[in-house]
Amino acid sequence: MDLDFLRGTSLALLRGLPLTLKLFLASAAAGLVLAGLIAFMRARGRVARGLATAYVFVFRGTPLLVQLFLVYYGLSQFPAVRHSFAWPFLRDPFWCAVLTLSLNTGAYTSEIIRGALAAVPQGQVEAARACGMPRGLVFRRVVAPIALRQALPSYSTELILMTKATSLASIVTLKETMFIAAAVNNETYRAIEVFLCAGAIYLALNILLSRAIALVEWRLSPHLRRPPDALPGLDTPPILGTA
Amino acid sequence: MLRATLMTLAVTVAAMLIGAALGAAVAAAKLSDRRALRAAADAYTTVLRGVPELLVIYLVYFGGSALVTEAAAAMGVQGFLGLPSFLAGSLACGLTSAAYQAEVYRGAALAVPRGQGEAARALGMGALLRFRRILAPQILAVALPGLGNVWQLALKESALISVTGLVELLRQSQIGAGSTHQPFSFYIAAGLLYLALTTGSTLLFDRAEWRLTRSARRP
Repeated sequence: MDLDFLRGTSLALLRGLPLTLKLFLASAAAGLVLAGLIAFMRARGRVARGLATAYVFVFRGTPLLVQLFLVYYGLSQFPAVRHSFAWPFLRDPFWCAVLTLSLNTGAYTSEIIRGALAAVPQGQVEAARACGMPRGLVFRRVVAPIALRQALPSYSTELILMTKATSLASIVTLKETMFIAAAVNNETYRAIEVFLCAGAIYLALNILLSRAIALVEWRLSPHLRRPPDALPGLDTPPILGTA
Repeated sequence: MLRATLMTLAVTVAAMLIGAALGAAVAAAKLSDRRALRAAADAYTTVLRGVPELLVIYLVYFGGSALVTEAAAAMGVQGFLGLPSFLAGSLACGLTSAAYQAEVYRGAALAVPRGQGEAARALGMGALLRFRRILAPQILAVALPGLGNVWQLALKESALISVTGLVELLRQSQIGAGSTHQPFSFYIAAGLLYLALTTGSTLLFDRAEWRLTRSARRP
């Protein structure tokens, strides 16, 4: 193994990491807002529900790369789009990637939110109503906390899928980690070393991500833990023990 | 584009089969008593599910080609040799799929009551017969919904194989979009065909599940 080459490659790849993270954060944030909206629509009247269902069906049933090509290459087919105010954004691969990733993750996340809301025990809501809480307060103090806890494990999976999906942005010429890996490979023809380095970076990112969410979940469910003095060692946060 | 759709199906089926064989082996390793085997299988599923699919495809395609070229050079054949893109694509997707399938099989194997295997052994069945007649059918019935999910993932992932130049559905639409300057029409058509594939396979999997769970239904 050529350690100098591995170190040089890793350093080169790390220069793509900020862009990978930017893509990830922007899309995750926009996707979450969108998902909330879609989940809300699915609980409304027939038209809103139909629209939301169709959206989820289409975005979960087609490959992300097709969606990305449709946004990045496809939209430019229409002169109306090329002359609209949105063109400066739609011409930029970064905004196309963010748009596609958030539309895509929004569809999946809305299903997670819907499932989590449906899993809130009805009795809890009824009890809160019986105590005289208004609707908004019931949602904020009873439904939302329970649903959040329910949603976290699946949402962590979705975020990991998102991290991996940012690599597709390399295909529309964004110079993130994967793009640099492909470029280094083209120069050196040392595919195995280069892609192993890139894989290690993505793996580290995903392990950090899943650990962070496991920690949040641990913080949010103190009622499921044993009392501290029951058995020493079982009370350590997942980041130290096994998740 | 319909021919390319068949290619997408073919490469997905090949990937699923590779994934099934490897996934079953990894699941068996995860359930084994040997600690080293369990650790190796855990590492496999963690890594393959933690790195982007695109990276696995590049690794298999370029890495595989490099290995083939070196092997050929050792045998006296000079020059660059590429791995066939169908082989590289289905192998790469199969490696990822195996990681997901392993988890599905592991869960399903744990869901089959222990008594079933014990009863078969008490009847004097050998290990192979026990697996084939008693355990495998039940594992498969439990695993089917999970396998349906993995199939959908593989179907959508197969679009990434277009980067190796294999003329499947997405690559064919790229070619069409390039030569006609109507990218939107071609990518929408591709999207609709993918949608038809995913919807059709959902129906098929629902039907298969209905048939495999006959024993659990009321008469």
